[in-house]
Amino acid sequence: MASESSHSVYYVPEQTKYPFFASIGLFFMVFGLGSLLNDMSAGDSLAVSTWIALAGFLLLSFIIFQWFATVIRENHAGLNNDQLKRSYVWGMAWFIFSEVMFFAAFFGALFYIRTLAVPWLGGEGEKGLAGEVLWPEFQAAWPLIVNPDPTLFTNPHEGLNVKEWSLSFFAGYLPFWNTVILITSSVTLHYAHVALKAENRKRLIQWMFVTVALGIIFLGLQALEYVEAYGHYGITLDSGIYGSTFFLLTGFHGFHVTLGTFILIVMLLRCMKGHFKPNDHFGFEAAAWYWHFVDVVWVGLFIFVYLL
Amino acid sequence: MSSAAIDHAHDHDHHHGPAKGITRWLFTTNHKDIGTLYLWFSFAMFLLGGTFALVIRAELFQPGLQFVDPNFFNQMTTMHGLVMVFGAVMPAFVGLANWMIPLMIGAPDMALPRMNNWSFWILPFAFLLMVSTLFMEGGGPNFGWTFYAPLSTTYAPDSVTYFIFAVHIMGASSIMGAINVIATILNMRAPGMTLMKMPLFVWTWLITAYLLIAVMPVLAGVVTMMLFDIHFGTSFFNAAGGGDPVLFQHLFWFFGHPEVYIMILPAFGIVSAIIPTFARKRLFGYDSMVYATASIAFLSFIVWAHHMFTVGMPLAGQLFFMYATMLIAVPTGVKVFNWVATMFRGAMTFETPMLFAIAFVVLFTIGGFTGVMLAITPADFQYHDTYFVVAHFHYVLVPGAVFSLMAAAYYWLPKWTGYMYDETLGKLHFWMSFVGVNLLFFPQHFLGLAGMPRRIPDYALQFANFNWISSVGAFLFGFSQLILLLVVIKCIRGGKKATAQVWEGAQGLEWTVPSPAPYHTFETPPDPSLIKAQ
Amino acid sequence: MLSKAKLWLSLAFGALLMWSAGAHAAWELNMPRGVTQISRETYDLHMTIFWWMIAIGVVVFGVLFWSIINHRKSKGAQPATFHESTKVEIVWTLVPFLILIAMAIPATRVLTAAYDASESELDVQIIGYQWRWEYRYMDDDPNAEEVSFFSSLATSREEISNSIDKGENYLLEVDNPLVIPSDTKVRFLMTAADVLHAWWVPEFAIKKDTIPGFINESWVIVEEPGIYRGQCAELCGMDHGFMPIEVHVLEPADFEAWYAEQQQQALQVAELTNAALSMDDAMAQGAEIYTRNCVACHQGNGQGMPPAFPAITGSAKATGDIGITMDTLVNGVPGTAMAAYGRQLNPIELASIITYVRNAFGNQTGDMVQPAEVNEFIVGGQ
Ligand code: HEA
Ligand code: HEA
Ligand code: HEC
Ligand code: CUA
Ligand SMILES: [Cu+2]
Repeated sequence: MASESSHSVYYVPEQTKYPFFASIGLFFMVFGLGSLLNDMSAGDSLAVSTWIALAGFLLLSFIIFQWFATVIRENHAGLNNDQLKRSYVWGMAWFIFSEVMFFAAFFGALFYIRTLAVPWLGGEGEKGLAGEVLWPEFQAAWPLIVNPDPTLFTNPHEGLNVKEWSLSFFAGYLPFWNTVILITSSVTLHYAHVALKAENRKRLIQWMFVTVALGIIFLGLQALEYVEAYGHYGITLDSGIYGSTFFLLTGFHGFHVTLGTFILIVMLLRCMKGHFKPNDHFGFEAAAWYWHFVDVVWVGLFIFVYLL
Repeated sequence: MSSAAIDHAHDHDHHHGPAKGITRWLFTTNHKDIGTLYLWFSFAMFLLGGTFALVIRAELFQPGLQFVDPNFFNQMTTMHGLVMVFGAVMPAFVGLANWMIPLMIGAPDMALPRMNNWSFWILPFAFLLMVSTLFMEGGGPNFGWTFYAPLSTTYAPDSVTYFIFAVHIMGASSIMGAINVIATILNMRAPGMTLMKMPLFVWTWLITAYLLIAVMPVLAGVVTMMLFDIHFGTSFFNAAGGGDPVLFQHLFWFFGHPEVYIMILPAFGIVSAIIPTFARKRLFGYDSMVYATASIAFLSFIVWAHHMFTVGMPLAGQLFFMYATMLIAVPTGVKVFNWVATMFRGAMTFETPMLFAIAFVVLFTIGGFTGVMLAITPADFQYHDTYFVVAHFHYVLVPGAVFSLMAAAYYWLPKWTGYMYDETLGKLHFWMSFVGVNLLFFPQHFLGLAGMPRRIPDYALQFANFNWISSVGAFLFGFSQLILLLVVIKCIRGGKKATAQVWEGAQGLEWTVPSPAPYHTFETPPDPSLIKAQ
Repeated sequence: MLSKAKLWLSLAFGALLMWSAGAHAAWELNMPRGVTQISRETYDLHMTIFWWMIAIGVVVFGVLFWSIINHRKSKGAQPATFHESTKVEIVWTLVPFLILIAMAIPATRVLTAAYDASESELDVQIIGYQWRWEYRYMDDDPNAEEVSFFSSLATSREEISNSIDKGENYLLEVDNPLVIPSDTKVRFLMTAADVLHAWWVPEFAIKKDTIPGFINESWVIVEEPGIYRGQCAELCGMDHGFMPIEVHVLEPADFEAWYAEQQQQALQVAELTNAALSMDDAMAQGAEIYTRNCVACHQGNGQGMPPAFPAITGSAKATGDIGITMDTLVNGVPGTAMAAYGRQLNPIELASIITYVRNAFGNQTGDMVQPAEVNEFIVGGQ
């Protein structure tokens, strides 16, 4: 597989300070976060734990920034041969696979809840005895508007799902527009890539700019939707399983979009600095893969959380 | 970073050896150094987890409560399971992967050396966080290594939050380690090293790494859901809000079952290297070994609910998971038969690695047999959550996974240190371990069948005798492990010089480099004629 | 020397294995055959697969040890060179597969039979609590007096802490056993109030998780009257090891008599709730209830194990407003280990324990509460 010439110059840095200190940062970050959550639940002062978490986070971010900068510098210095570059490609591909599985867990949970647990609680299906004996009042439905025990989990007022399949409805339906925006952003990103390969720097920057803008608009609309959900629809994290699954899926997706947008901004800056060459721009490609992945997750989400 | 590295392949005089002092270990990118770090870390964790096990066994030595209170007992059980699985066995295999995979495929290092360092250094911090919960107010995790909700959510001590984050970062470490292994194997093989010429240890690790990347994120997902139930009022595992505690178990075991194969597939690889060496005969059925490993990995994704036969799944589900689980016996059997066929009509000698490898084949198979019994759903109604299950998984994990690690340590120790280990001590270690481990775990089958539940600090009088034997075995086995420590230290400090070949019948690229293996190996790819079919 | 020890050990184990099962309780080697159709079928299935495993083991280990003995270099063995054979690979893929099918057929049959809970004659709801069981008889007649009670460990703390000798049924005895009739199809509807538990009686071959919010079904037809014991089989927290199950199986006629008596008693409790309780009676009964239910967490001396389990002595909740003490006991403290005793104890018992914690362990409020007041609190409060 590997050609002989490339083999002899596989670049192995002799030493690296980054990972060790990144681990320290990571440790303080999660330790602080854990304390923060515990303090919050106990109603204690949050000051100390916030500082610990923040310090850890800053250390970690600083190191990661340096780390990437070093890798980029090495590449520009010509240290990375083809084989090493392939290692990055494999690394990114498998990282995305791990992300797929992370979301798969949440989608699996959603399917289980919708097709098994809620019907059982509502007295349907092979284990419907649960509903008959323990929750005689409860009716299975999705979106779940009346919880099995509304005294413990406040009922939402109504669901966010599609209410009718008509053009007029979709025209005023935020998640639909979000879908359009995100898919468009994948297309614009693709054009940016085309421009990069055609060495059209100006086009590249323009398309990148549009993509980033679309990402930010998506996030803005998503925030708007959360405000609506909390205020108008009464869908909250503690309003039962409908809200739980809704916020878990859209929340982690939103978190990934945020990260993706940030990465794209970095790429935009790197494009402006002229970091990428038509035949050598895996950093850009990796960011694009990530963005497309986030896009695909959204489509799944739109179908299973909103449409069906 | 060092810019001299660019040309060091051409000019060996410029060559950088290991850095001096502590920074060699903190900042290293060398696969051998990192492998060594992993191995020492996992050995320390083995002693720690073993110490917890000894607390358990001491309490169970006699009926009645003698040393610890029930809540602390539960913390010991939980920590023992977690530390052994995530701290001892998994990192040990990653350590071996680091040391041996580049040597076996003729690569200069792992594909992503800096990330490799990070995968390791996250671990001590993750375990610092995890073990420190034992000293927190309200105590550490006390809900078993399987941490079923809602015991681990609504009813958990506060420290569960740190436990969750510890699992998160540990998972990140595993995923990075696995990505590195895959990238190395797919991208860094020397010319001529085709996939079907790779040593089986490399194959099994390739598949293990795939399993890791597929299931560690699911674990991360499920602990995240716990975090939300605990701190943000969600109701994933609470029926009052429309959730289901059993959902937790489905997600956990979707991770958990492949996890147990993550702990055994590399062991298969090790044994497939050692048995041919000491039988002086090629491994029987190489191709079928590869296919069997892949089949096991595939099946491992569709059997998870065999841990949940008593949660009251619908009948069709019970049957599906029973049949799928039983099927795993077929590819595993192929492996066992191949090993036996390799020994058949060989010319065997019985150095310590071979002793451990043979014990592995026999005792793992016994553990596999009890596994098949557990898979029979109606019978599992009687076995489930008893010491029969404890006996099953310790047979596959201790004289299974752990023995394979011991075998690997003895087998490659001369390559690592440049000296032969003390064979007498090695044999002593083996026999003490062998007797100890059977004394420890065999009686647990009887205990389970007679009705002793697991995870209890005290038991009815009819269980007294076998518990007594088991505890004696535990201390015998436990303290025998100090012999290994002694052997390793002695071997590092000196002894008979090892040759490059070390073992008469050994095959593979790792035996073409001197012992100890130089700090940098295969900076130029090995001669393709050295690469032979296994 | 070492191999001698090994020989000795294998002999010892061999001897153990030959010891017929049940000859000596403390060396029990095998699962009980049990007293139901399903338990016997399960046992037979278990033995069938066990012998299959032995047979496979004999063949595989036979070849292995034969090779070890005969093909060793020290005996001058020369290694053969064969290293693959598609034919044998196919054989040793197919043969295990067929063996598995042979095992799967009876397994499927037993499982299907065990799942058929239809046409039961008596339904009992089983509810797991940290760390006791509640049994509720589901009478077909909705006007019948409900029979339900809690069943807790009866073994004394002194036995557990080794300060006195352990009794014969150490850790396997309860205060109020479940009572069911023999030769009758009894269906169990299992659930839990807090965390997961599992209800397991080996002689019935029933083990089912009890899951809060969900119902699991199981059933038995016990053929022999007698006393059967089991344990909780799912980790449920601190006292998981201390929540045994005891089932008394009576002839149907005896069962009817017992059941009628229980209904009578339930009626009586209702009456007594309206009668006055004296301080002395309350304190005596309270002490008893405390030892049975509370010592695990709050300890015999009322000092608890802070911070996890607060002391009763001097506790604001036990010495302040009596309404708060009542609330703590009746409704528990949600989200903590302090359970709601409102259902677990009857109003008379509740009145006694509330009075007790307010006047024992150095708490000297001198006041007390009457069963009727507690009853009112429960009825009004919910
Ligand atoms: C290394 C780890 C490892 C391995 C390899 C295995 C292997 C297997 N395990 Fe095990 N298992 C665990 C670790 C492992 N297990 C752990 C940790 C638990 C408990 C978790 C917990 O609850 O805490 C557990 C629990 C567990 C259960 C749940 C029990 C319960 O809780 O009620 C079941 C049930 O089906 C099971 C089955 C099996 C089977 C069928 C195999 C098979 O892969 C075995 C296959 C091997 C053979 C069969 C032997 C060789 C084959 C032949 C010689 C061919 C001929 C054989 C036949 C035809 C039968 N295991
Ligand atoms: C790979 C994993 C692994 C390994 C190697 C072991 C090894 C051992 N395990 Fe186990 N075990 C598990 C994984 C493992 N275990 C899991 C997953 C569980 C389930 C947990 C749960 O229920 O949640 C479990 C549960 C478990 C139980 C059941 C607990 C219960 O249900 O309450 C018991 C009881 O006997 C036990 C015992 C032992 C013993 C005696 C060893 C011995 O082999 C250990 C031997 C090693 C030593 C004793 C170390 C030597 C130390 C010294 C000599 C001290 C020196 C100290 C210093 C130098 C600091 N283990
Ligand atoms: C499983 C453990 C457990 C058992 C059994 C238990 N308690 Fe508690 N109890 C607790 C815990 C934990 C608290 C503290 C709750 C909190 O955080 O406010 C508590 C609180 C109390 C308090 C209030 C103390 C205070 O100052 O907060 C009283 C009074 C009390 N329990 C009485 C009892 C009585 C009487 C019984 C037996 C009928 C009993 N408890 C059984 C765990 C238990
Ligand atoms: Cu209840 Cu264990
Ligand atoms: Cu499994």
